[in-house]
Amino acid sequence: MKKFVSAMLAMTVSAALIAGCGGGDKKADKGASGNVVKVGVFLPLTGDNAAGGELELRGIKLANKLHPEVNGKKIELVVADNKSDKAEAANVAARLIEKDKVKVILGSYGSSLSMAAGNIVKDSKVPAIGTSCTNPQVTKGNDYYFRACFIDPFQGTVMANYAYKKGARKAAIVQEVSNDYSVGLAKFFKEAFEKLAGAGSVVEVANYQTGDKDFTAQLTNLKAKNPDAIFAPGNFTESALLIKQARQLGIKAPFLGGDTWETQEFINVGGKEVEGICFSSAFDREKAATPEAKKFMEAYTKEYGGQQPGGLSAMAYDAYLIALNALKQAGTDDSIKIRDAIAKTKDLETTTGMTTLNADGDPIKSAVIKTVKNGKFTYLDMVSPEDLKAK
Amino acid sequence: MELFQALTHMTAAGFAQHLVNGISLGSLYALIAIGYTMVYGILLMINFAHGDIVMMACYFAFFGITAFHIPWYLTFIGTIAATALLGVVIERTAYRPLRDAPKNSVLISAIGASFLLENLANYIFSGRPMHFPDIPFLSSMVRIGGVQIQAICFFIPVVTVLCLAILLHIVNHTKTGMAMRAVSKDYEIARVMGINIDNVISITFAIGSALAAVGAIMWGIRYPGITPYLGVMPGLKCFIAAVIGGIGNIKGAVLGGFILGLGEILIVAFFPTLSGYRDAFAFIMLILILFYKPTGILGETTTEKV
Repeated sequence: MKKFVSAMLAMTVSAALIAGCGGGDKKADKGASGNVVKVGVFLPLTGDNAAGGELELRGIKLANKLHPEVNGKKIELVVADNKSDKAEAANVAARLIEKDKVKVILGSYGSSLSMAAGNIVKDSKVPAIGTSCTNPQVTKGNDYYFRACFIDPFQGTVMANYAYKKGARKAAIVQEVSNDYSVGLAKFFKEAFEKLAGAGSVVEVANYQTGDKDFTAQLTNLKAKNPDAIFAPGNFTESALLIKQARQLGIKAPFLGGDTWETQEFINVGGKEVEGICFSSAFDREKAATPEAKKFMEAYTKEYGGQQPGGLSAMAYDAYLIALNALKQAGTDDSIKIRDAIAKTKDLETTTGMTTLNADGDPIKSAVIKTVKNGKFTYLDMVSPEDLKAK
Repeated sequence: MELFQALTHMTAAGFAQHLVNGISLGSLYALIAIGYTMVYGILLMINFAHGDIVMMACYFAFFGITAFHIPWYLTFIGTIAATALLGVVIERTAYRPLRDAPKNSVLISAIGASFLLENLANYIFSGRPMHFPDIPFLSSMVRIGGVQIQAICFFIPVVTVLCLAILLHIVNHTKTGMAMRAVSKDYEIARVMGINIDNVISITFAIGSALAAVGAIMWGIRYPGITPYLGVMPGLKCFIAAVIGGIGNIKGAVLGGFILGLGEILIVAFFPTLSGYRDAFAFIMLILILFYKPTGILGETTTEKV
């Protein structure tokens, strides 16, 4: 009896193995014959950054719907959730490359998550195009990481210039110390602002941790310094609570931030207290920068039940366009050739203007200053790279 | 040097503001810490799901008000009842079957229950933060001299002290309380003496969870962004608060909560550059207390019975 069972088991196992091999061969054949190009989507779909990841996924899915093919091959998206977690991000990136055999990776939202995947894409020579990871370290020294969004120095510098232009001479910074994005923006804001308004013009640098709910102690200290403007880049949940508590403590100075604030949750959680804040963003829907932008906005509204697209969706859409263009130019499945084609991206029509990638793999483009007015994100001003050079 | 600078810059109003912030945070910690301490006192286990019960209570209140449009005061009562029920259900499903198993199994089951609740919330309510609705008056601001305070901050300590008084009355002056104390002394003997220990444990979980719900509602009003992982940090800190005060001792938990809340705020007040290490304060306190007084401030030294 025992023998019979083990014989049966052995047979089943070997049958399964053969079947498995057959299936595998078929798939490989399909890939080689070139009907499908796999593009990995690497985003936080659960956890603290889920809201941002979800918006970017929408942008990528929409781009895939409007541009489903390249060189006669179908582009297949392989969506992977990095769970807003650095350790998980590294695993997920490796899985996309090794198991799913994707040719290009799009993502992630959040610099820390992208950096966690940095060495993996570099070592396996599969190019990645970041969506809204704005820390310079993401692409620096990594030939395989590119991005569709502008980088932190630019955002921090833009906001410092903007604050100075609006008359602020004393600024305070509240940074999310455990978040590379926030620390990066804060560092460049401090440098640019002190250059404009003199040493010591940044009167306070306060810290908090991701996930904190209570900021009253830091804010009470800050209130005593009486700054003209407060730069508080960070995760939208924490930032909204921070601004709310600041207003409750009677701090009236304007709050400035980065592009992560541009989510509906920021307004939902912040309520009337976030009215009048300002932040930099790459995309503005009131002014379509290119025909592609118009097409994107119309398609988005149609696809998502009348909702308006935000910068995160636009950036993710752009990342897809950059990948699409490179796949078209490279005309092959070879990841290294695709990488070279991405690096050569020049004057590509994207939703946020014409995109050119520089030597680091970062795009050169304009920033929009936005505010919250009557519970909606509204266009306020525009800053171009030339504006900053002129000053 | 830095302390000196902070002291000279601090105005009376600034200090009062810090104090108020600290007391209201401490009271919230205290309420949640009671739940840990009660369960430990009776079962000698740490209910790691307690922080997540707080999170679930926040969602109950959120959906009661925003989705079902139940008036807020009724929602709050419903939330407390629903959360108490949740606590009992968790006890029945995750802890009761392991009553005679080694302590470690129950501990692991508690961690499992905690992860289950977090991921369930993530799945059902999505990871996107929701805004806890503004409650008339309680969410509004009150100004006294140079100190600006949310009205709820006055209620938090009052409610905490009130809850503590009621709880101490139940534990010390009712038959159920007597049974609880008996079970916590030795539940084998209590069982022999005819006490239905399953009932007593259920009641303990119900009370602990109800207090967690009270804490959660006030937490929601004070810090209105709610997410599925909202309970993790407060859960850890309140557990530490319970240990500092002497785990198993209800008054100790409240004391520990206040020490932790005030300490956290004041460390930032006096050492502004340490503001990023706020969370570390709780853990340093834990290490210190475990080194120098492992039974906690109000804990009694008991010898392990063989």
